[in-house]
Amino acid sequence: MHIGCKNLINGNTINISNFEVPKNKRMIKFLTQFGLYFLLLKKVFSKPEKPSLYFKQTMSEFVNLGLNSIGIIAIICFFMGAVITLQTAYNTENPIYPKYLIGLGCRDSMILEFSSTIAALILAGKVGSNIAAEIGTMRITEQIEALEIMGVNSASYLILPKIIATLLFNPILTLIGMIVGIFGGWIAGTLAGVITSENFIYGIQYDFIPYYIVYSLIKTVFFAFIITTVSSFQGYYVAGGSLEVGRASTKAVVYSSVLILLFNVILTQILLS
Amino acid sequence: MIRVINLNKSFNGKSVLENISITFETGKTNLIIGRSGSGKTVLLKSIVGLHEIESGEIWYEDTLFNKLDFKGKKKIRTEMGMLFQGSALFDSLTVEQNVMFPLDMFTDHTSEEKIERVNFCLNRVNIINANNLFPSELSGGMKKRVAIARAIALNPKYLFCDEPNSGLDPITAILIDALIKELTEEYSMTTIVNTHDMNSVMEIGEKIVFISDGVKCWEGNKNDILNSDCEILNDFVFANSLAKKLRTANK
Repeated sequence: MHIGCKNLINGNTINISNFEVPKNKRMIKFLTQFGLYFLLLKKVFSKPEKPSLYFKQTMSEFVNLGLNSIGIIAIICFFMGAVITLQTAYNTENPIYPKYLIGLGCRDSMILEFSSTIAALILAGKVGSNIAAEIGTMRITEQIEALEIMGVNSASYLILPKIIATLLFNPILTLIGMIVGIFGGWIAGTLAGVITSENFIYGIQYDFIPYYIVYSLIKTVFFAFIITTVSSFQGYYVAGGSLEVGRASTKAVVYSSVLILLFNVILTQILLS
Repeated sequence: MIRVINLNKSFNGKSVLENISITFETGKTNLIIGRSGSGKTVLLKSIVGLHEIESGEIWYEDTLFNKLDFKGKKKIRTEMGMLFQGSALFDSLTVEQNVMFPLDMFTDHTSEEKIERVNFCLNRVNIINANNLFPSELSGGMKKRVAIARAIALNPKYLFCDEPNSGLDPITAILIDALIKELTEEYSMTTIVNTHDMNSVMEIGEKIVFISDGVKCWEGNKNDILNSDCEILNDFVFANSLAKKLRTANK
């Protein structure tokens, strides 16, 4: 099996299809990919040629990857908040449990998990596939080679602005998700008559731990980095045609999602233990 | 001047280029010709450093290019312009932004100076009133011309063209050829053109290198090519039936 893609290290193109990967040696292939990922990161974080152009590019990525994701995050979090409230209400129909616990459950679920992890999984689908397809198409249409031939560090120019934009904007998306999710819970709970507005508001204020928001934002930053870099890696090393770009997009979403779930466990253990 | 000495390149152990040695002269249109899959593009991409070579030397004037580090290569790359087979214009940028890109990246000119230079380059390739169009709105010939404008924006010393006529009608192809030749003479560039188009060969082939299966088989100019003793070259040159008939008639 060959890894049919090119490895641009320090501006020198090395065709990594030269590296033979023996059959059934998945570990070698995995380690090769792992190494290439870090080599790409090294290239991405090298000194920008012209910071003003990178700034312009970063602003454009704020719109593409950040602002354009507000809608989907808001819709999904709104309905998640609504469903959490209704499910909590219907599963705790017991006079022993105070009603405000429904609001509390909605708040904690949204802040701790849904606004960060579930939103990240959705963004892995939306933003991740977008990044992999964009960079992959640039690769197969020789646009990346055109950048290299001009003496531009293509990895840094294309990927660094995306990383900066998502690292800065995804926490904002998470905060929006928290607010809209809790709001969705309040609307659904009160409209369905399962909780009064006063009880819900009391619940979302009860025993509030601000650190949970910090925890969620820290996770978001990690997830943003995973989504952007993994998707960029998949797109940057595409070789072939549109079929391979499609595969790269799929891989970007799958690998990002798996890594998000894995890091969710690790970060939760580290941050909440 | 660009000199290639004993260049070897292989993929997965399979040799693609074997002991290629060529001198590409300044102010001339140097053509690399050969059948599809003969190694022309690999050779061109090796010369510009997009492919690492196994062995050999690539000299740009007195600089051994293939042994340079990233910074050294970058310096020479700012003196290169390249026209890719598919034009490789940046999809998300307009025509004006595409041509301005190298100026934005590597010069400290003011906006007015950059726009002036962009308009000059676009006029030079006969692209008028298309500054705000996106590549998807351009025809194949226009894309090639915009790509040439981008390639010459920084006044390069070296111009590389990978199959500049592919996918173009014969008249547009001749216009592109003429443009490449004019620019080469005007700016005294070292131009290397990859092609399998015999019209291009006869129009602009001041120096021609024929490659077959990764081996340099013949070197000469457009006057010599019709009278060569090289059989593989003759098979290539006189491949179509019209050329065959003309050759038979001449004999």
